[in-house]
Amino acid sequence: MAILVFVETQDGKYKKAGLEAVSYAAQMNAGEVTALCIGEHEGLDAVAKIGASSLVVLPDMGHFDAQKVSSAISQVASNLNVDTVVISNSYAGKDIAPQIAGQLKASLATNVVSLPNAQGEVTRGVYSGKAFAQVKLNGAKKVLAITPNSFDILDNTQTAAMKEVDVTISEGGVVLKELKKVTGKIPLTEAEVVISGGRGLKGPENWNLVEDLADELNAATACSKPVSDMEWRPHSEHVGQTGITIKPNLYIAIGISGAIQHLAGVSSSKTIVVINKDPEAPFFKAADYGIVGDAFDVIPKLTEALRNN
Amino acid sequence: MSVVPDTTTKIAFTDNDTKFNTDGVTFIVNPYDELALTKGLEIAEANGGTVTVCHVGSSSSDAAIRKALSIGASEAIRIDAEPLDSQFVASQIAPIAKEYDMVITGRESIDYNGGAVCGLLGAELNWPSVNVVTEIAVADRKATIEHDIDGGREELEVNLPVVVSAQKDLCEPRIPNMKSIMQARMKPLNVVPAIEVTQQSEYHTYDLPPAKQGVKLVDASDPAALVEMLKLEKII
Repeated sequence: MAILVFVETQDGKYKKAGLEAVSYAAQMNAGEVTALCIGEHEGLDAVAKIGASSLVVLPDMGHFDAQKVSSAISQVASNLNVDTVVISNSYAGKDIAPQIAGQLKASLATNVVSLPNAQGEVTRGVYSGKAFAQVKLNGAKKVLAITPNSFDILDNTQTAAMKEVDVTISEGGVVLKELKKVTGKIPLTEAEVVISGGRGLKGPENWNLVEDLADELNAATACSKPVSDMEWRPHSEHVGQTGITIKPNLYIAIGISGAIQHLAGVSSSKTIVVINKDPEAPFFKAADYGIVGDAFDVIPKLTEALRNN
Repeated sequence: MSVVPDTTTKIAFTDNDTKFNTDGVTFIVNPYDELALTKGLEIAEANGGTVTVCHVGSSSSDAAIRKALSIGASEAIRIDAEPLDSQFVASQIAPIAKEYDMVITGRESIDYNGGAVCGLLGAELNWPSVNVVTEIAVADRKATIEHDIDGGREELEVNLPVVVSAQKDLCEPRIPNMKSIMQARMKPLNVVPAIEVTQQSEYHTYDLPPAKQGVKLVDASDPAALVEMLKLEKII
């Protein structure tokens, strides 16, 4: 048995979600774990100490072209004869996981939040966070895309070596025209802390309250559906059933009443704090901690308290 | 196109948690697929051409398919089979899709959230595929596409044929009017049998997230107390 893990990198550093994928693969206890990354990377030790016994580095392919990348990863998977490919369920991961599954004729599960159980089932998030399903993958080969912030990165030092695998980099069908990176921002799906604002903040001009609090907690910022519909904030920040489903360690909702569609996207958060001036807001029923109060009064005090801490 | 429970649905399961409880549930066209359809119509109107809606499911989906026809699709194809998983759906659609210039799916269905059909079709058809698309313009068989990536957006150019998946900002969904609803009744809805494929996965049981223990309230005059509590529980 052998497992191949694609470790995403950003500016030459392994992304936390990528390391979670390596640790997940090691915890599967189902054979040798090979980590794979593309271009500049942090070296062998960082993946060896969490369970990888080898590292394959593919040449920089420039712009992340899903077709090119998945074809290259599939070639490595075939060459090493791996049974399982583990990928993080990021946008990039969700782009390549189905293509790799298609190329390897493997069974695919995305949104995976558990290790395989004794029956070989994995748990995946369904109904946009409102439920979970236990799924058995029938194929001899499997591709698992695992939800960020679902697994701890555990020490599990292995004797490891670099591995060379010959791959043919395909042409790729898409041409990059322009890249609009939101720099310095933590991607929502990977953030450990998320601060989210709703209609209770009254207008986009008041988002400094959210951003200042987010700065203190090194958090990503998010918003409710009405806020993105009114274009106070971009849709890419909308969490909920028709937006992004997130799973941070801490979710702080400010001025969000907690409609069922919103709760769907955030209910997997480990700890939920709700700040709302309406004591009847349904969100309090889904929260761990709450403050009944005016955001304009409470948030600056909360930010200040964190700053002084 | 997928047919899914309305977004306000309270999710519950029956038969020892092996089946979704459809009692009292309203089924709708998957919201992302409505965007895909509207964008398809916009592209067809600008470049000439028609839009076909394709669905894998039973006759219980026919009302939703008629809605898609009333939004403006010229015809519909329903592959008469239970949509077992994303891979089953993609395998059923692929032989039909290869006759077209572009396939637009939703970013994901809001029931199974697989988000995989776009990429799977790309792999099966050997077409470029672009996920979570927020803008598409087509001219001279070339598509200019903007899509979400981790931590940003990028603009791409790709030759047709291509498969893309629709994200929220792509367009405003079109609302059918009385005339288009009447016309939709006359449009062809072709039912075709499923092709035989290997079943890649089996859904066994479902469960709901554990209920919260109850909220601990902190006085609004003392938010610092919340910081203490969060620190004590090692949450921050």
